[in-house]
Amino acid sequence: MHASDTAPDAVKILISGGFGVGKTTMVSSISEIAPLRTEETLTEASAGVDDLTGVEKKATTTVALDFGRITLTPDLVLYLFGTPGQQRFWFMWNDLAQGALGGVVMVDTRRLESSFAAIDFFEQRGIPFVVGANSFDGRQFYSAEQIRSALSLGPGIHVTIFDARDRSSCRDILLTLVEHVIATITASA
Amino acid sequence: MSRPEELQGFSASSGYGRLVRPFTLTGGRTQPVRNVFSLITLITAVEVSDGPDNRSLQPEHHRILRLCPRPIAVAEIAAHLDIPVSVTTIMLSDLLDAGRISARPPIQAYSGQSHKGQSYNGPEIALLQKVRDGLARL
Repeated sequence: MHASDTAPDAVKILISGGFGVGKTTMVSSISEIAPLRTEETLTEASAGVDDLTGVEKKATTTVALDFGRITLTPDLVLYLFGTPGQQRFWFMWNDLAQGALGGVVMVDTRRLESSFAAIDFFEQRGIPFVVGANSFDGRQFYSAEQIRSALSLGPGIHVTIFDARDRSSCRDILLTLVEHVIATITASA
Repeated sequence: MSRPEELQGFSASSGYGRLVRPFTLTGGRTQPVRNVFSLITLITAVEVSDGPDNRSLQPEHHRILRLCPRPIAVAEIAAHLDIPVSVTTIMLSDLLDAGRISARPPIQAYSGQSHKGQSYNGPEIALLQKVRDGLARL
């Protein structure tokens, strides 16, 4: 299907986390285009292994996500997809996970539990991820170690404190993720 | 092409604000003939030299062709058209069958859903290094 050999390669990274944690802010900070919004209608048939207890009668649901683009080289484009945290069913969208290089799980230390679903999403699919604690108003009252402990994360998961409004801060956490993925592959080779 | 006054009031999660029900664009089809389109499959319009047969194409098909003189991701096309990804892929399938677009799928980093104990089927190291180097230059 590589009909167009002049087309660049595309890769994607997921930006995940609970509602209001700053996913779209991060996408906006680093994307070369204003974030775009797209949506998908999901049906129970695409639900896979996810638990639909209590929503048996709901045949379809619509989820929307915001995304951005970074042209890394003329032949390599990175797409960042912010998973829709305010909706309960985004994790049914398997095409989101398909082919992702990895994920950034953003957490708000005032309500860590809102990002549990995102962590589960990556763990269940075996997709490498890093955790970024967004510093609202530039402040962060907890250390990375405290956050790791509160989230019961293993020592292999990077926890970084960052500022989603700051472009270089967002770039650094993406770099941390990609280096983590490279290290994971190298270690298993 | 877009009508700002509609777009401003549009909330994608509400489902309102659309004048045509999405699947009427596809003649009621809910699955593409060929399911080869991921969110980041890059679509490029193919130049057609001698008078193409456009009779089977709808206005939305033409809008798609105008969006992709250069490679653009499926998700971007869906966002610009303001129609769901699944509807967009059906229309892209039509265009692919008609030879009007080419599609470059992404390099697969993972093959399907994972489960415990699966072997890591990651992307090429060289690709990851290219992503890393590109990010470092930002």
